[in-house]
Amino acid sequence: MVQCSRPHLDASFAALSDATRRGVLEQLARADASITDLAERFEMTLTGMRKHVSVLEQAGLVTTEKVGRVRTCKLGLRDLEAEAAWIEAYRQHWDARFDALDAVVEELKRKERPDE
Amino acid sequence: MNESGSKPVTQNRTTIERKSDRELVVTRTFDGPTRLVFEAWAKPELFRRWWAPKSFGLTIISYEADVRTGGTYRLEMGHASSEQSMAFFGRYIEVRPPSRLVWTNDEADEDGAVTTVTFEDQAGATLVVVHELYPSKEALDEALASGSTSGWGQQFEQLDEILVGLGG
Repeated sequence: MVQCSRPHLDASFAALSDATRRGVLEQLARADASITDLAERFEMTLTGMRKHVSVLEQAGLVTTEKVGRVRTCKLGLRDLEAEAAWIEAYRQHWDARFDALDAVVEELKRKERPDE
Repeated sequence: MNESGSKPVTQNRTTIERKSDRELVVTRTFDGPTRLVFEAWAKPELFRRWWAPKSFGLTIISYEADVRTGGTYRLEMGHASSEQSMAFFGRYIEVRPPSRLVWTNDEADEDGAVTTVTFEDQAGATLVVVHELYPSKEALDEALASGSTSGWGQQFEQLDEILVGLGG
């Protein structure tokens, strides 16, 4: 069993706690992109996107490289999949569970309604 | 992304966060009064109906729970990919209807987490927060890292152990 080093785990979980940053990673998994591309795609300012990319970079999830005038972002060398998959599977598990809970709560509500 | 004006109902709004070295937090809002959502957790016959998500190949084999402060629970679950069942058990440290449930997860020896679930009224809806506190940073890191190199199948089994260990 290979363990991610702990500071990395902390940094990557912090980085992954944001929906935009997860979106950026998904995007970069499909193709490298410039900050400008990403800012447009996520409808935010360049500065905002730079900040997000910088958080991802510090977590080792993204690397950036300046080619000419454009800064290109790509997925980092570190194994992102572990954390991303773990947290996503965890979320899906709870989501599925909570969907079922929704159904139970809905039924309880229906049963109560005649009394109201 | 804000969803201004839209109802927080029946949308998949489950969020997960690692709050600190030792804590994981899951949140979701339910469209129903707090007392009913609490009831769905605290009444064993209701709990059985939703705790094991069928889409994950999980089934509840047996479940006994004495849901009151100081009471115990024991849950046995089966997974489609595994012949062996998994047992989860522990003790309710605090049961306070309709707002709070706290239990231990004793199947992992001394590394078991303590799970706190709070139910908060939000104008007729209920915010549920599941808070899992591990005894040490190492215990949580271990839980997270143990899935890191395995494939999905194995990872899910490990996940199941951790996830199902969240509760009883």
